[in-house]
Amino acid sequence: METVYQYLIVFITAIFVNNVVLSQILGICPFLGVSKKVNTALGMTGAVAFVLVLATLVTYLLQYYVLNPLALEYLQTIAFILVIAALVQLVEIILKKVSPSLYQALGVFLPLITTNCAVLGVAILVIQKEFNLVMGVWYALSTALGFGLALIVFAGIREQLNLVPVPKGMQGVSIALVTAGLLAMAFMGFSGVDNGLKVFLGL
Amino acid sequence: MNNLKVLLNGIIKENPTFVLLLGMCPTLGTTSSALNGMSMGLATMFVLVCSNVVISLVKNLIPDMVRIPSFIVVIASFVTALQMCMQAFVPDIYATLGLFIPLIVVNCIILGRAEAFASKKGVIPSLFDGIGMGFGFTLALTILGAAREILGTGKIFGYELWSEGYGMLMFVLAPGAFIVLGYLIAVMNKLKKA
Repeated sequence: METVYQYLIVFITAIFVNNVVLSQILGICPFLGVSKKVNTALGMTGAVAFVLVLATLVTYLLQYYVLNPLALEYLQTIAFILVIAALVQLVEIILKKVSPSLYQALGVFLPLITTNCAVLGVAILVIQKEFNLVMGVWYALSTALGFGLALIVFAGIREQLNLVPVPKGMQGVSIALVTAGLLAMAFMGFSGVDNGLKVFLGL
Repeated sequence: MNNLKVLLNGIIKENPTFVLLLGMCPTLGTTSSALNGMSMGLATMFVLVCSNVVISLVKNLIPDMVRIPSFIVVIASFVTALQMCMQAFVPDIYATLGLFIPLIVVNCIILGRAEAFASKKGVIPSLFDGIGMGFGFTLALTILGAAREILGTGKIFGYELWSEGYGMLMFVLAPGAFIVLGYLIAVMNKLKKA
């Protein structure tokens, strides 16, 4: 039962307490770039979740079965970014052949993901936190859901924001950043939930 | 004269942070104090200058099709070198900036300049472009870091302006990053028009 609780805590922490965008400040470019409409935000979330989980899996195996045995830990950054870039390209090619409809839906977002620092960031964090493989993948999935939650809520707010008058100098990115700040403040309300949950579950 | 124009271009007219809005993650993530912001800016500047020079030197040797992966390898090599140097000589700053050092690889400013400038121009202009853009980025990060440090803790570069009790902790945390940058961009928009 303890392990199930561990997974639950990682899940809640990654989504609410240490939200990847609003608390760890990773993946800001897509957060600001593709959050004008809820529909595109949903598409981006799908693509990020897919690549994030796959990239974490592959980089984990690379770290523990190639880099560590050969004592090449210092090549981590180069190896990881190349694997992620290649993986994104590969996913794009495979999707195009196997599922053209999914490719249509995700297509435009896939190349953008290589430069999404959340992907490289999570891959490195999983190694730093010394998770095992299953926990690492679970953490990646939870992070992707947290990214999706922040992105979709933010897109919803921005859709409403179009309907209200904004001072001239604040239009565009400026008001979007202030809005994101307020959203981040709201998410700060979750801080401490992870520790409370640990006490509650008796860990 | 022309090189001077390239240099100033990066600092003011095409400031990577305030005007082009590139490299937002380190901008927001590492500017909890003026010193942290400046260290991150200088680290990025180092990688940017080196990669710009190397890429403009080898631009004719790289086939067009594999250009992006080759650029990334060049950038990642310099980031790894920087990572090891910082770990050895400034371990404190390395520990504070943490994850954001390896993440310099995916900073869009560096790949953006490689693609837009260094792969087309000669070595000397690329060098100046790297210095200008890097300095513009450092300047923006230092301003943002200083604003957050003053509002959050009442200090600047660790020098106390007023008692820490008057500081608003929120500005040092994540929400403060978004809000301060939002208002700084609004101020920049105003200045640009005037």
